Amino acid sequence: MTMNFRALAGAASLIALLAGGANAACMIEGAGSVRILSNDFDALRIVNDTAAECASDAVKVTANASAEHKNIQGPALSANPSEYTVAVVANNSIVPLLSGDLIRPLDDLVAKYGASLSPNQLIKIDGKVMAIAFMGNGQHLFYRKDILEKAGVAVPKTYEEVLAAAEAIKAAGLMDHPLAASDKPGWDLAAEFVNMYLGTGAEFFAAGSADLAIDNDQGRAVLANMRALTGYMNPDYLTYDANELNKLWDAGSIAMMTQWGSLAGAAIGPDANPEVAANTEFAAAPTLAGGTVPTAALWWDGFTIAKNISDEDAAASFQAMVHAISPDMMKANADKATWLIAGFEPGKAASGVIANASGGARAYPMQPYMGLLHTALSAELADFIAGKEEADQALADVKAAYDAAAKEGGFLK
Amino acid sequence: MPHRTFFAFMAPSILAMILFITLPILSVIVQSFYQGHEAVVVTVENCTPFGCESQTKVDTEAMAKLQAEAPMGQFAGWANYTNRNHLATAELAQIWAEGGDMLAKVMNLPFYKALAFTLTYCFLVTPLAMALGFAISLAINTLPSVLKGPAIFFSILPMIITPLVGSLIVAWMFNPQGIVGASLQSLTGDPTLSLRASAPLTWVVLLGYGIWTNAPFSFVVFYAGLQSVPQDTIESARIDGASRWEIVRFVIIPHLMPLATFVALVQLMDNFRVFEPVVGFSAEANATSLSWLVFNDLVSADSQQFGSAGATSVLTIVGVLILLAPVLVRTWRDFNRKAV
Amino acid sequence: MANSSPTRLPLGLRALTLGFLAVWLIAAAFPFVWTVWGSFKVEADFFSRQSFWNAIEGVRTQMQTGGAFTGAGYEGAWIKNEFWRAAVNTLIVTISVTAISLTLGTMGGYALARSGQRYAFWILIAALVFRAMPHITLVSGYLLPFFQLNIWGYLPTTIIVLVAINQPFTLWMLHSFFLSIPKDLDESAMVDGCTRFQAFRMVIIPVMWPGVITTGLFSFLLGYNDFAVTSMLLRQENQTMIPKIGSFLGSIQNEGNIMFAVAAVVSATVPLFLLVLFFQRQIVSGLTAGAVKG
Repeated sequence: MTMNFRALAGAASLIALLAGGANAACMIEGAGSVRILSNDFDALRIVNDTAAECASDAVKVTANASAEHKNIQGPALSANPSEYTVAVVANNSIVPLLSGDLIRPLDDLVAKYGASLSPNQLIKIDGKVMAIAFMGNGQHLFYRKDILEKAGVAVPKTYEEVLAAAEAIKAAGLMDHPLAASDKPGWDLAAEFVNMYLGTGAEFFAAGSADLAIDNDQGRAVLANMRALTGYMNPDYLTYDANELNKLWDAGSIAMMTQWGSLAGAAIGPDANPEVAANTEFAAAPTLAGGTVPTAALWWDGFTIAKNISDEDAAASFQAMVHAISPDMMKANADKATWLIAGFEPGKAASGVIANASGGARAYPMQPYMGLLHTALSAELADFIAGKEEADQALADVKAAYDAAAKEGGFLK
Repeated sequence: MPHRTFFAFMAPSILAMILFITLPILSVIVQSFYQGHEAVVVTVENCTPFGCESQTKVDTEAMAKLQAEAPMGQFAGWANYTNRNHLATAELAQIWAEGGDMLAKVMNLPFYKALAFTLTYCFLVTPLAMALGFAISLAINTLPSVLKGPAIFFSILPMIITPLVGSLIVAWMFNPQGIVGASLQSLTGDPTLSLRASAPLTWVVLLGYGIWTNAPFSFVVFYAGLQSVPQDTIESARIDGASRWEIVRFVIIPHLMPLATFVALVQLMDNFRVFEPVVGFSAEANATSLSWLVFNDLVSADSQQFGSAGATSVLTIVGVLILLAPVLVRTWRDFNRKAV
Repeated sequence: MANSSPTRLPLGLRALTLGFLAVWLIAAAFPFVWTVWGSFKVEADFFSRQSFWNAIEGVRTQMQTGGAFTGAGYEGAWIKNEFWRAAVNTLIVTISVTAISLTLGTMGGYALARSGQRYAFWILIAALVFRAMPHITLVSGYLLPFFQLNIWGYLPTTIIVLVAINQPFTLWMLHSFFLSIPKDLDESAMVDGCTRFQAFRMVIIPVMWPGVITTGLFSFLLGYNDFAVTSMLLRQENQTMIPKIGSFLGSIQNEGNIMFAVAAVVSATVPLFLLVLFFQRQIVSGLTAGAVKG
């Protein structure tokens, strides 16, 4: 989803500008207005800046990078003509745009202007191209080579091995709390559950309907695993989110964790604690409960084109964005993200996400009611992860909260 | 004052409030009685860079037709208010019938869990912050005037630091590795002590933070009030042999009572909407508030739930009205007296 | 001045008072002092997960920058991220909000204080209830109409919204303040042949400043510290300081740059510092005048 290798923000955009200037200039056929809405972090700012190179007498380019993009995009694209012509989205944030019929199919534009795109960048919904992906992300295993070696354990491939390794590290007196996870109730905690559940191969919903189907052996195995992991965590684990994990990692107090690929660059970057960074390695997320794929959702970031705009603006916007995610841009900023752009050669920071993908990890689901489930999980798993209730009760609570929300949304009767 | 003059003076304020507060509130209230149209979903094949899966999607054409017929959605009556994520009436009835550990079961419902913390926060922080503010104002009032200025300035600081970052930094100080957390560990001789791990300690820290940020407002108001305590009343009380405590109790406090009502009113309302500390201290596991529920439905959610957020917001307003009822009745009486 | 002067306090009580005050002042000021100090360190020190001693000694700051102190946070916020732009926007927003809401509020508050009609009471109560609405809910409701009218993202829209949201508090404070100004003052002016507006302009305005300044300070703080409204209603180039600081904090999967936020917060507090120092006396006298009859 998001990539932000904490480099100097300004320097990055400067390089992007210089690089852009040195490369083939942006040539847009026709005239129009390009108005981009995106999240606010380095990699996307580079993309926005590259798109701005397409500005000319006939083409006006503006960009709004906002942390609130998810909440703004719906109303902004509902207006006619809409405030933005381009919305940069991910697996989860494209769903409200699809459900609200706010973005247009891109097949014609791809045929006309998309020569530099590779086929796997096309996000196809029901056979129609609805978005063009350009970055990938996901949570994968971070581990400390030195600690694992001292404890005499191999790099774990399954969560059973993670637990065994944690026990060995503890027994060897290397660390009291070798594990950590982003277990803070809220979006983070729900994402932990979703990752592991995806890895078991089970489905969240009964086929073709909004009926929740997580009350099964896999759901219980996931919760049992989450609980078991907390046994090796610092008692403050309830307050850990992804950003906090990176700081704990940097302080050298964790031996293994699953963490966002977008934060891998910072963990081994020039500002990181050198002793820790030198021993930090990445691998695919472990498997769970006999599952065969990494327990991680794969995320993509991509752009969509608004429906309520003129065809002229749509064509100009599409061309500007294709220029913004061109292989040239990628080459100039290769270390800034796990690009899903032709010719990308992953460095170390991208290796974990690539390992997840090649291990067959599944994408974060795009069902229209997945967001409701995520919200229900985010609040209702709190008592379970705090050790205040049992798995059966937690699953029942999630179902009750989800059912109420899904009824309100019209997905369940 | 004639009606025409009154409305000439009030018109701009009333217009602004109607446009930007009344109308949105009315639309929120109306919205909270509706639910989404019964969704028409179709199963389709979705392909991403990571492979293809068959998933459902909303049939937008069918939905557009439904939406055109009834733009508001389906009328739901009180369903959004009584469902499990809000007042949970059915669940409460069931818990009542089952018996057993009723409190724990009620606290398992999100609305009541949030309400418990909200009310605790509201009713502990408000009086304690007022008491602290009052004590500070008395103490500063005894200082020589050279020291008063700086003392007042530093006392107001907790009120003016941006809550967004203020709570983050204070929260950090309470971390086991932070300056306060680590000092507490060495003071108590308990290296595993963490103020963030258990529910009671988290509540204590949040309440403490609440008192810290709220005390300056009470302090400023009370300090100002102290300046207008009639000096001769104090003198005569002293001549009558009243002790310092008695002067505070029988002269100063009665004089400050109207101020205290004003402060209590504003603080109760603001504390009922407590939100920043919960997020700033990453305390979601152990403490949630009504405003946090709204935030969770609207801001942090991948798909926003307007009906649910609307219902919680309306319930918040009702809660504030109940809290303020005594003060409102009093204001009404004062007003009638004045009108006559 | 009220009650007792310091010389008359018995020694024990005096020690107790001073001790209490010292504890409070440390509690009130320490987090801020700590923040100012920390803003010159790198994040790994100020938010060290190893020990808070790092923040004092600056181990990692030394390692990363070669000195015990660094201005990197300030440089990052102000130069690389153009925080000055946000500061200018904040200045425009807060000054406009304060000026407009005081102008409308003094007129409204005056009318409310002088009218004995029932509807004046109900307007006050309605204003109070309005204040209870969580702001995020209100703001979410604005988005669609604003986009349709094409007024989203601009400073004036945000200013008007902030004024409206702030108006209940302004009206309440100013209403109780005007109650404390004797009715005879303006009524005698009207007996002398002034209209209501003339009486307001010539008799009331000259004596209302303490209350207005106090209320203005609270309006100012509201506009200044607002996050819910400004983060959702402004486009990037019009962003004010607080949402900008919010964006430095990072989000779920991308790391923020917290030291930019800390430096920005310290810089954002400087004008507030000066403001409070400047208006210190007026705040205190204004509040007394306004709120005694609350």
